[in-house]
Amino acid sequence: MSSIRQIFEKPWIWAFVAAIGVWIATITFTQGQGAGGVLTAAFSFATFSVIVALGQMMVITLGPGNVDLSIPATMTLAGTVATKVMATQDSMIIFGLLVALGVGLGVGLVNYGLIRLLRIPPIIATLSSSFLFQSAAIWYNRGLRIKPPPLLADFATSTVWGVPVLAIFIIVLSVAIHIALHRTVYGRSVTAIGQNMRAASLAGINVNRVRFLTYILCAVFAALNGFFFSAFSGGAALNMGQTYLLNSIAVVVIGGTSVAGGFANVPGLWGAALFLFLVEAMLNTYGLGAGIRLLLTGLIIVGVITAAGGQKTAR
Amino acid sequence: MSHAPTADTGESLFARLTSPRVLRSILPAFSLVVILLAIFYLQPRAMSPIGLKLLFNLSVPIALATIAQMFVLCVNDLDLSIGAYVGFVVAVGATMLDGGIAALPALEGMLPDPVPWILTTPISGVIVLAAGIGVYALLGALIYIRDLPSIVVTLGMSFVWAGLAVLVLPTPGGSAPAFVRAVMTLSTPVVPFAIVALVIIAIVVHFGLMRTAYGAVIRGAGGNPRSVARAGWSLLKIKMVSFALAGFFGMLAGLALLGLTTAGDANIAVRYTLLSIAGAILGGSEFVGGRVSPIGAVIGAATLTLANSFLTFLKLNPDFQIGAQGAILIIILALRVLINRAEARR
Amino acid sequence: MSGTPENIVRLDGVEKHFGAVRALDGVDLAVNAGECVGLVGHNGAGKSTLMNVLSGTTAPGAGVISLRGVDVTRGYSVATATTAGIRCVFQELSLCPNLTVAENARIMHSALSGFGWRRRAGALIIDQLDRIFPGHGIAAGDNVGDLSIARRQMVEIARAFSVTDTAAALVILDEPTSSLDAHVAAQLLAFVRDFVAAGGSCILISHLLGEIIDTADRIIVMRDGKVVAERAGSGFTRDSLVAAMGSVAKDDAAGRAAFASKRESGAPRVRAKPKAQTDGRDLVAHPGEIVGLAGLDGHGQKAMLLAIMGEGETGQGDVTVTGPLALVAGDRQNDGIFPLWSIARNTGIRSLRALRTGFLIDRKKEDALAEEWRERIGIRTPDVHNNILSLSGGNQQKALFARALASDAETVLMDDPMRGVDVGTKQEVYGMIREEAKGGRTFIWYTTEMDELDHCDHVYVFRDGRIVADLPRSELTEEKVLHSSFEEAKS
Repeated sequence: MSSIRQIFEKPWIWAFVAAIGVWIATITFTQGQGAGGVLTAAFSFATFSVIVALGQMMVITLGPGNVDLSIPATMTLAGTVATKVMATQDSMIIFGLLVALGVGLGVGLVNYGLIRLLRIPPIIATLSSSFLFQSAAIWYNRGLRIKPPPLLADFATSTVWGVPVLAIFIIVLSVAIHIALHRTVYGRSVTAIGQNMRAASLAGINVNRVRFLTYILCAVFAALNGFFFSAFSGGAALNMGQTYLLNSIAVVVIGGTSVAGGFANVPGLWGAALFLFLVEAMLNTYGLGAGIRLLLTGLIIVGVITAAGGQKTAR
Repeated sequence: MSHAPTADTGESLFARLTSPRVLRSILPAFSLVVILLAIFYLQPRAMSPIGLKLLFNLSVPIALATIAQMFVLCVNDLDLSIGAYVGFVVAVGATMLDGGIAALPALEGMLPDPVPWILTTPISGVIVLAAGIGVYALLGALIYIRDLPSIVVTLGMSFVWAGLAVLVLPTPGGSAPAFVRAVMTLSTPVVPFAIVALVIIAIVVHFGLMRTAYGAVIRGAGGNPRSVARAGWSLLKIKMVSFALAGFFGMLAGLALLGLTTAGDANIAVRYTLLSIAGAILGGSEFVGGRVSPIGAVIGAATLTLANSFLTFLKLNPDFQIGAQGAILIIILALRVLINRAEARR
Repeated sequence: MSGTPENIVRLDGVEKHFGAVRALDGVDLAVNAGECVGLVGHNGAGKSTLMNVLSGTTAPGAGVISLRGVDVTRGYSVATATTAGIRCVFQELSLCPNLTVAENARIMHSALSGFGWRRRAGALIIDQLDRIFPGHGIAAGDNVGDLSIARRQMVEIARAFSVTDTAAALVILDEPTSSLDAHVAAQLLAFVRDFVAAGGSCILISHLLGEIIDTADRIIVMRDGKVVAERAGSGFTRDSLVAAMGSVAKDDAAGRAAFASKRESGAPRVRAKPKAQTDGRDLVAHPGEIVGLAGLDGHGQKAMLLAIMGEGETGQGDVTVTGPLALVAGDRQNDGIFPLWSIARNTGIRSLRALRTGFLIDRKKEDALAEEWRERIGIRTPDVHNNILSLSGGNQQKALFARALASDAETVLMDDPMRGVDVGTKQEVYGMIREEAKGGRTFIWYTTEMDELDHCDHVYVFRDGRIVADLPRSELTEEKVLHSSFEEAKS
C-alpha cells in the first residue's frame, strides 16, 4: 500500500497518468484501431521534445528569469549546417554530428557571453541572439532543403518492436542527465543556485561557471535535436524549430519542474512530452482543428503553473 | 568623507548634457535619426510625403504593441503573448467587428434566413474585444496574487490567443470594418498621417503615464513596490490596471494593423512579441525598476520598422532583416552598458 | 491606563517575542506634544522593534497602544498610524529611485492629485526642503536615482515632515544623520528643535550621543527589550549614557588575565583592510585565533566578511587570504538555507567534492557526514533526510554551523549567527567553536552580542565602515567597545 502511495506522491506521475488517459480516450474513439501506431508516433515526436526540454529544464532550474529562447534558431542552424556539410554522404555522418555539436557550443558561448558581458536578462540575450542564428541559417543555405544521408535518415526513423531507436538513445541520455542532476557536483550546484543564488555562492559554488556550463548544455542539446530532427524529417527546414520554443517550456512546466528554480524532474519530461503529443493526436482523431488544440495546450500550461504555485522571488 | 551637498550645484551645462542620464535618453532618438538619414542617402525619393507615409505606416501598429509591452514592463513583468493577442484582435476585427457573429467563417451555411440583427451587429465584436482587455486585467491579478512568473503565464496565454484567433478566423480573410480602414487611410496635409498618429500616441501615453498622479503611482510600484504598498496603495489594483492598459493598447495595435492590411490573418502578428520587447528596450525602457519611456517606446518601434526598410533599400535579402534586428538590439544594449559603466565610474 | 490627551502616543507594557528572543519585554513609553525623545541602546536593545510597533508594521504580542488618550491596540496598522500623523524615516530608504522628487512626495500624499498636482507636489517638497536644509540644491524634477545618498536622505526626511491633509504629529527619525555631513546634520537638528517648539513631536535614534544629548528633551535608554533609564537630556553625559547602555558590571578579569596571544609565531591566515580605512589599521587573523568584529550593526562588519569571502564588488579594500574559507550565515533565509533540500544536503553542500566516490556523490558518505554532525553539534531531528525547514531556527543555524565546520575550511567566517537563537543552543555552539579553535581553526566572528566578545582573542570595533578600535582580549571591556561604537560628535 505504502509503495503505491509513494509512487503517487512523485510529481511526475500525473503527466504519465494524463498521457495514458488521453491515449485511452483516443483509442476508444477509434475502437482500438491504430493504438500501437499512435504510441510509436508519440514516442517518435516526444523524443525530439525531450532532447530540447532536457536542456531547457536545466536552464529553468537555475532560477527565476533563466530561460533559453534561442532553441528554435539553434536547431535550425545546426540542422542546416550539418545537412549541408554531410551532403547526403553516409561517410560524413560522424563529421556532421560533430559540426552540429560545434554549432551548439558556439551558440552557448554567444548566449552566455551576452548574459555576462551585457548584463542583460537571459530572456533578452537569447532572444536577440536567436535573430542572429536564424539569419545565419538562412544565409548559409538560402533556404534550400538538402536531404540527410540515407543511413542517418534510416536510423532516425527506424523502430524496434514499435519503439523508435532514437527514443531508446534519448531515454539513455535522460537517465544520464537524471544521474548528473542528483549525483554530481554540477547537478547539485544547479539546483542550489536555483534555490538561492546568493547562498550557493557563499557556500563556495562557482555560480558563473555553473551557469555558463548550463547554457552551453542547453544549446548543445538544441543542436543535437536539430541534427536528428532534420534527419527524421527529410532535411532541415527553416521553420523546423518554431514549435519547440513553446513546446520546450511547456514540457518542462507540465513535467513538474519548478519554474521558480531549484527543482528539476527528468521523468516528468517524458510524461509531459507524450501527453502533449497525445492531446494533439486525440483532438485530430476527434476531428477538432488546430484552434482547439492550441487553446487547450495554453489552458493546460496556465492551469498547471497556477496550480503549481508561486516563486520565492520576483521575476 | 561626504562633501557638503551644496558644493556641486554649479555643474556646467556641458557636464549636464553629457551626463549618462541625458545620453541614455538621447540614444533612441539618435538611432532613429541615423537610420532615417541613411535611408534618405540611399533612396532620396523617400523624402517625399508618399515616401514617408510608406516608411512609417507599419510602425503605427508596432508602436501601439510596444506601448502595450511597456505597460507590462513597467510593473516588472514581461508579456510573451502580445503578438498572439494582436493576431486575435485582428481576427475578431476582420469578422465580428465587421459583420457580427454571422461573419464567423465557422458558422457559414448554418445561419437562419433571414439573419436576425442580433447575429449581424458588430456589438458582439466590441464585447469580445472588451472581454480580451478583461482577461488581461485578470492575468495581472493572477500573476500578483499567486506570485507567478509572468514569462510562463503569458507563454501559455500565447497558445490561448493563437487558438482563439484560429477558431475565429481559420484561414486568412474577412474584412476590416469601414471605420477602422477610414482611420488608417486618413490623409493629413503636409505630414503623413502615420507620423501624426505616432506623435499623438507618444504624447497621449506620455501624458497618461508620466504626467498624471496615478501614472506616478504605477511607475512607483515598479521602482519600489514595498514603499508604494506601505504608503497605502493597492499593488493588486496597480497590476490589474497596467495589464488592462496593455490589453487596451494591444487591441489598438490589432485594429491599426487590420486597417492597414484590410483583410484578417490570425498569424499576421506573430513577430510582434519580439518586436514589442525590442522596441521598448530600444526606447530606453528597462526590464525591472519601473524605468519606462512612452516616447522612447514609440521611437524604438519606428526605428525597428525603418531598419527593415533600410535593409530593403540596401537590397539585402529580406531574410536578413530579423538578424539585423537582433544585431541592432545587441548593439543598443551594449551601448547602454558602456554608458552605465561610465556612470558607475563617476 | 491609556494616557492623557497630551500623549501623542503612549505604550504600556508592550511586549514582542520572536521565538525565544524577547525583542520587547514590557516597554512603557509616552511621547507628548512639543517634545523630542532621544532613544539609545546597543544592538538588540529593541529600538527597531519598538519603531516597527509604533509605525504599525509589527503587531505587539501584549500591551496597550494609545493615541491621544484613546486605546487603539486592536487593529493598529500602518493606516492607523498614518491617519494619526505618525511618520517614519527608516534607515533603509523608502523612496522610488525611478521617480522624481515631486513624484515621490505624491506617493506618500494621496491628496496630491488632480489638475496641477505636479506643481503642488513640487512646491510642497521643495518648500519643506528649504525649511529644513536651506541651500540643499535639489530640484523637484530631479530623479531620485540620480541623487547622492545624502540628498536622498534629505528628500526622505523632508517628505516625512511635509503636510497635506493630516499634520505630522510625531516623526520618528532612525539614524537620520548617518549619511549626512556635519553641516547638514546640524541643519536637521536645528529644524527638529523648531518643529518641537511649534508643538510637534519627535523620536530621535542615533549612535552620535552628542547629537542626542544636545537635541532631545528626554532620553530613554533601552537594553534587552526594556527601558533601563529615562532622564531629561541635560541629565546625561556621554559617559553616563554609555554606562546606562552597558550591562550590570560582570567583569571577566580572570578571562582577561589568562589571555595568551596566538600572534607570536607564524603568518596570519587573513589580512584585510576595509575600503574606507584611512589609517594603517587592518584586520589580522592567525591560526587558532577567534577574532571578533564588534560595533553597531550595519557599520561595515558584514561588508568586511563578504570582502574576505571575495563576494564584494571590486575595490572593497585589500584582502589577503591563505587556505580555504567557509561562512556561517546569520541571515539564514537569504544567505544560508536551501529551502527545498534535506538537512543532510544542506550540511553537505560545502563539502561535495570530498563526498564523491569516483565521479558521483556517494549518498552513504553524505548521510554519514550529516549523521556525524547531527550528533556532534546536537541537531534535534529524528532523521537527517527531513527537510531543513522542519527544524527550528536554532537547529537550522546548527546545520549551517555543521556545513562550515564539516568542510575543509581553515578559516570560518561568522555573520552574527546567534541572532535569535536560544540560550541552550548558544552555549553548545560556543563550546564547539572554542574546541575547533584549539584544533587550529581560525574564526572571524561578527557579533552584535556583547557577551560573545568574551570568547574572542582579539576584537575589532567598526564604525562608519572603518576599524576604530583594535582590542586584544587582555584589554577588552564592554565600556571600551561602547565608547568606540558611539562617536562623540561628527568630525
